[in-house]
Amino acid sequence: MKDVNVKTKSEAASPKLNNSITKILINNLVPIIFCIFCVAGMYYANISTKFLINSIIERMARNSFLVLSLIIPVIAGMGLNFGIVMGAMAGQIALVAITYWDIQGLGGFLLAAVISVPIAVLFGWLTGLVMNRAKGNEMITGMILGFFANGLYQLLFLFVLGGIIPMKNERMMLSSGIGIRNSIDLKGIKYAFDNLIKIKAGGLVIPVFTLIVVALLCIFMKFFLKTKLGQEFRSIGQDIHIAQISGINVDKTRILAIIISTVLAAWGQLIFLQNIGTLNTYGSHGQVGTFAVASLLIGGASVTKATIGQGLLGTFLFHMLFIISPLAGKSLLGDPQVGEYFRVFVAYGIIGVTLGVHAWQQQRQAMEKLKE
Amino acid sequence: MDNRLKEFVENIGYARIIIGLFLIVLLVSAFLLKLPMSNLFEGILVRTGMNGILVLAMVPSIQSGTGLNFGLPIGIICGLIGTIISIEMNLVNWNAFIVSLIIGSLLGAISGYLYGILLNKVKGQEMLVGTYAAFSIVSGMCMFWLLAPFYSPKMIWPYGGKGLRVTISLENVFDKILNNWVPFGMSLDKFPFRILGVNIPIGLLLFFGIFCFIFWIFSRSKTGITMHAAGSNPKFAESSGINVDKARIIGTVLSTMLGAIGIIVYAQSYGFLQLYTAPQFMAFPAVASILIGGASIKTASIMHVIIGTFLFQSLLVVALPVANVVLEGSLSEVVRIIISNGIILYALTRIGGGEEH
Repeated sequence: MKDVNVKTKSEAASPKLNNSITKILINNLVPIIFCIFCVAGMYYANISTKFLINSIIERMARNSFLVLSLIIPVIAGMGLNFGIVMGAMAGQIALVAITYWDIQGLGGFLLAAVISVPIAVLFGWLTGLVMNRAKGNEMITGMILGFFANGLYQLLFLFVLGGIIPMKNERMMLSSGIGIRNSIDLKGIKYAFDNLIKIKAGGLVIPVFTLIVVALLCIFMKFFLKTKLGQEFRSIGQDIHIAQISGINVDKTRILAIIISTVLAAWGQLIFLQNIGTLNTYGSHGQVGTFAVASLLIGGASVTKATIGQGLLGTFLFHMLFIISPLAGKSLLGDPQVGEYFRVFVAYGIIGVTLGVHAWQQQRQAMEKLKE
Repeated sequence: MDNRLKEFVENIGYARIIIGLFLIVLLVSAFLLKLPMSNLFEGILVRTGMNGILVLAMVPSIQSGTGLNFGLPIGIICGLIGTIISIEMNLVNWNAFIVSLIIGSLLGAISGYLYGILLNKVKGQEMLVGTYAAFSIVSGMCMFWLLAPFYSPKMIWPYGGKGLRVTISLENVFDKILNNWVPFGMSLDKFPFRILGVNIPIGLLLFFGIFCFIFWIFSRSKTGITMHAAGSNPKFAESSGINVDKARIIGTVLSTMLGAIGIIVYAQSYGFLQLYTAPQFMAFPAVASILIGGASIKTASIMHVIIGTFLFQSLLVVALPVANVVLEGSLSEVVRIIISNGIILYALTRIGGGEEH
């Protein structure tokens, strides 16, 4: 980065051109670095192109929705919503219900999508209330809230179901009759969504319908952000005090942002799980927040700015890295485990660095304001 | 009367009262269920001693103004490296323990210094940045454990397998060295260290007590008072000539060093060294303990550490057997998650309200 800066200064003859290149480079530094990682990884991984394309299409289809659910809270100035874990839980509760009632196929999937809405709205509303009490600390509050909710979720699935709420189903319950098994087979709704329109050509499998749904979500969000409510999100995100003075009910609008995000996350988790085909009752939701946030950030988003394009690019790059790094680790260091640790390291590292840079910029801005 | 009761409740804090009552209920039910009470009390004492220093590590960071130290795993990793080096050097017993402590706290001082510089750059977001700094370092260190050049047969996989084991047994190294230590050659089985069938882990508690005492003296020294002043009102401290950034670094260094020492004490009592992803969430119980003890994100004292660790650990020790009798499954683990994260959440919403007004 320094070299580029020096060049800009020395070549004063064409400052405009150089400036714009530098600007593009700096603005997109994170995605560019990850592109380099991916290309280097592909070189070492010796991976078949067909396998790579198939995996990335599948992963894009099942993860994009979750990543996109993060965008609205960022625009509303609430930072990265680590609370989408609760949306994922809402989706899973709905899945457990339809599996218990044994409703299969697309009908089951759609019913789960409907059931998950009121649950996710409730969770989102509660999250929003807590976050309004912790303004300025929304992200860590969301994260801890996720851990806390995970405790309640375990309480529900390990002790309340079968213990207090009667429930009998040998395939789903633990042998003691109280609590739900570690993993639940979702074969009833596996690929229910993906298979609606699926193209198989030349060894490639493309779940067209899921991709269309993701595209619809993108269009919807683009449109939604132009509505009055969308504009209110934006103005709260730009300056919460000015928004308040201009008559926006800040607390209510922030809660609304979180509710939308939570509902989208619930649906995102449903799409994710119908593709995976098994529900890991106590683990499926655990990493949802971290991985979605890391994806968005790798696409070049920050705590205060995120676009749909960044979400999609980030999902692509993050999952590229996910596919490649174990293979690259194996051929470079003789151990796939290294690559697996590496990708987790990247996920946490990118979040840490982005948050750090953001806090540092905030501090500098505050100091400059003080000087003025 | 009503007012006095309210004042009394507010003085002790709702959290402590609720947890205290819950604990009493658990103890009574343990008694009614005819569980071996002496075992329970012994367990409480041991777990208080083994976790105490990790909780103590929160005090310098809170006092110096960087808030709850969610970066504690950084210190923990330093302690783990110290122990591994001493095992690699083939040391045993006290030699191993002391060398681990020295190397661990030296590494802790260095990384605490670097971490302190980082925290000075992200004022206001220390807890969030600290959490993710720690998460990424823990996962980065996973690669280190896998690739680092250690060869002691106590630590690597017996056949095949690459890298260090996930859990390393400390048997024949310094397993229970503090727990079994008795002053003046007295016996652990007799009075005064065995009361009503309860063995008092005097060495462990003494070690914890010594560190509390050292920290108490430090907090009365000039450096300690400066650090506290910088933390409680940074603007005022700055204008009266205190170097706030330096004070924050001192607090972070101390906290990280205590984290390193704390995990070694924890490991000797537990009997195993846990590597890889184990340190990732170790800050959370420590944070919850000190908050239960009555600390907040801005104030903390040694009393908070002692009370908090005792309450939180008693809860875990008593809840497990009671839950096992009453219900099957891992209820106590679930209760631990709910209580520890609930109390952190409560503390977070409190600062939010304060800043707004």
